[in-house]
Amino acid sequence: MNPSNGKGSISMASPSASWRAGDGVPDQFPAGLRVLVVDDDPTCLVILEKMLRKCLYEVTKCDRAETALSLLRENKNGFDIVISDVHMPDMDGFKLLEHIGLEMDLPVIMMSADDGKDVVMKGVTHGACDYLIKPVRREALKNIWQHVVRKRRNEWRDFEQSGSLEEGDRQQKQSDEADYSSSANEGNWKNSKKRKDDEEEPEERDDTSTLKKPRVVWSVELHQQFVGAVNQLGIDKAVPKKILELMNVPGLTRENVASHLQKYRLYLRRLSGVSSHPNNLTGSFMNPQEATFGQLSSLNGLELQSLAATGPFTAHSLATLQAAGLGRSTAKSGIHMPLVDQRNLFSFENPKLRLGEGQQQLMPSNKQIGLLHGIPTNMEPKQLANLHHTAQSIGNMNMQVNSQGGQNSQNNSLLMQMAQSQSRGQIPNEMTGGHVPRLPSTIGQPILTTGIGANVSPRNGIPENIRSAGYNPVSQTSSMLNFPMNNASELPVNGFPLGSTSGVSSLPSKGSFQPDVNSDIKGSVGFIPSFDIFNDLQQHKSQHWELDNVGITFDASRHSNSAQGSLDLAQSVLAHQGFPSGQMTGQNRNTATIGNTMFSSNNGTENGNAQNVSPHLNALLFDNPIRVKTETFHDSNPAIIFPEPFGQEDLMSALLKQQEGMPPAEHEFDIDGYSMDDISV
Amino acid sequence: MDRNHPHRQLALMRQSFFDQGYLDEQFIQLEELQDDANPNFVEEVVTSYYRDSARLILNIEQALEKKPLDFNKLDGYMHQFKGSSSSIGAEKVKAECTQFREYCRAGNGEGCIRTFQQLKKEYTTLKKKLEAYFQLARQAGPSETACRPK
Repeated sequence: MNPSNGKGSISMASPSASWRAGDGVPDQFPAGLRVLVVDDDPTCLVILEKMLRKCLYEVTKCDRAETALSLLRENKNGFDIVISDVHMPDMDGFKLLEHIGLEMDLPVIMMSADDGKDVVMKGVTHGACDYLIKPVRREALKNIWQHVVRKRRNEWRDFEQSGSLEEGDRQQKQSDEADYSSSANEGNWKNSKKRKDDEEEPEERDDTSTLKKPRVVWSVELHQQFVGAVNQLGIDKAVPKKILELMNVPGLTRENVASHLQKYRLYLRRLSGVSSHPNNLTGSFMNPQEATFGQLSSLNGLELQSLAATGPFTAHSLATLQAAGLGRSTAKSGIHMPLVDQRNLFSFENPKLRLGEGQQQLMPSNKQIGLLHGIPTNMEPKQLANLHHTAQSIGNMNMQVNSQGGQNSQNNSLLMQMAQSQSRGQIPNEMTGGHVPRLPSTIGQPILTTGIGANVSPRNGIPENIRSAGYNPVSQTSSMLNFPMNNASELPVNGFPLGSTSGVSSLPSKGSFQPDVNSDIKGSVGFIPSFDIFNDLQQHKSQHWELDNVGITFDASRHSNSAQGSLDLAQSVLAHQGFPSGQMTGQNRNTATIGNTMFSSNNGTENGNAQNVSPHLNALLFDNPIRVKTETFHDSNPAIIFPEPFGQEDLMSALLKQQEGMPPAEHEFDIDGYSMDDISV
Repeated sequence: MDRNHPHRQLALMRQSFFDQGYLDEQFIQLEELQDDANPNFVEEVVTSYYRDSARLILNIEQALEKKPLDFNKLDGYMHQFKGSSSSIGAEKVKAECTQFREYCRAGNGEGCIRTFQQLKKEYTTLKKKLEAYFQLARQAGPSETACRPK
């Protein structure tokens, strides 16, 4: 069929038009491709710019990575592709690559005079879509548009796979196959993007008469409703059909909800450090962990870096965390917990990273989710509620945890100890004091050792603030949870003081934890809480310090409400997760969902409610659903980010499978919120 | 057709750069980027290169005076310098950069210092040659510089 979008007769035509989002550039794709070039060498920069202009691309040049990042952040959809040098004085090219991957999910091409195999490999593992050796020839630049198209294609495919729009899928598939799908994809993509303004036009979309998948724009409010519905139902029971009923939004279809739910889950999973290979993990619980560890560490490091770059976290902290994370991996080998931590850390990290960029708000939500994930979902549903509170604390904790970062091995033991003793001291510091910004630093340093403990303790006290409502109990737990989740270093969430500090005792804290944690982390536990937290936050708008703190970490503190909301969630999640994973099964689903939700929620929060979601998140979600997901996971090596071994994925997948018989979230990144519709209702 | 004297001179000069290995293919890439919108693009780029790399040269010199030598730092500088030089097609300079980096990796301070001297020589030589070249090009008039060997 002919995709009305853009396929048209000329495949090209649409793409450029659609890409431009109204730019008005004639269909001359790839002409008009918007390229951002980053290189500290002015000579190279000038030459590249000229070469790209000769290819009829629209070029923006930048000699500093920071400038490039802010440019990208300001113009979410302002660029199609980024070309960056590897060696730059202010920021390593790979770090920039990660940032971009996390936040904007744009294709990035690395270039360098260095053609050593390891450097090129690094580019690959960090997610670069290509690597050019300097001096760059114009011919090499002529074809960079293929990366843009390819990415769009893949995104579309993922979207379609979610199955939310069968009709659209079919159409799209056809169109994809027809031409290089650039037009089709882009057209659809564009449509989706444009749709976001519409929000909730599922019916129309469903028609897909135009080959476009109907896209529901998950606005903040809508997401809030979604989250509320999910929380109400309980993570394990949150099936699209029921969610739809609860939401009672006219025009929303079950498919929309399902896909959004899936994304949310993935998001949560991601937060909790579930790697994108849920399937793989299933058995290898232990083993993967180890692997993950290493990876996690790296990821964490990366994230840390991202975070550091963004703000609240100092580079130092991040570095520390990273180091810790790396160190951890080795140490952990036999310890489950570490893995968990890593994951948690990771999840935190992710949120952070994303947010770090400036979207602190995002982080909080992410963090929260991550936290939840990381935390073994041993907790029971009730705990979940606690988690909410805890999530808040977790958010704080995360921060702290982050600082602790890389020391999983240490974390395990440390966490336990720390959580109890230190966390108190430290957390208050971080949390209360400086809000998020401080946390990062604090976390990095003080927490490193205490990591978890620190987080935990203070939390207890703080959580109360956060959740005025009966969450207090939870908050305490959250402090416990605060643990490592944040830490990139993998604070063993499991072993995490959760149990120790507040009473979360459900966390076996340390030994027992781990196994549970792993399972828990998967998700379900944390999951629910996050939702609740969000809701709570919004409702209560209690800007408890925790929230603030959490938010700060993300730097999104601007929306204390929102941040907190997210934090709470995260915290709750974490806390819960830390708890024995009894609840995993149901929770995994949640976790995943949470992830997605988080994203969505974030968007919602921006609106001003306590929705923590930082604007960025919203933007991300809406603008680039794919990006959102990418951010969380992609940045660092895909595999690394979430310690797969941890089994979270396994858990998640298992849960998911159990829950809905869905296949493990393969597309974890698809936080699109729309496309994933694997959830069988 | 008869080439003007300056043009012919220019063509020969240019060709000698390639034949003698002072410039490589990348220089041709630059020339191809020159057009009506940027009629002096090549000269502008080369000027920019010499301006920016002067700073690098200074940094390297200073670093070479420190004891003990910080090879990592030196390698970093040289990597940068190499990238720059290769982007304008300065072949001999680039070769010296590569050599320098090898010495850095081997921790050979003497080798580094020696190579750097050689590098500076090549760097300066090329600069003079290109300056003469551009001057001649200006005299020769707006017509395109010699046909490029393709």
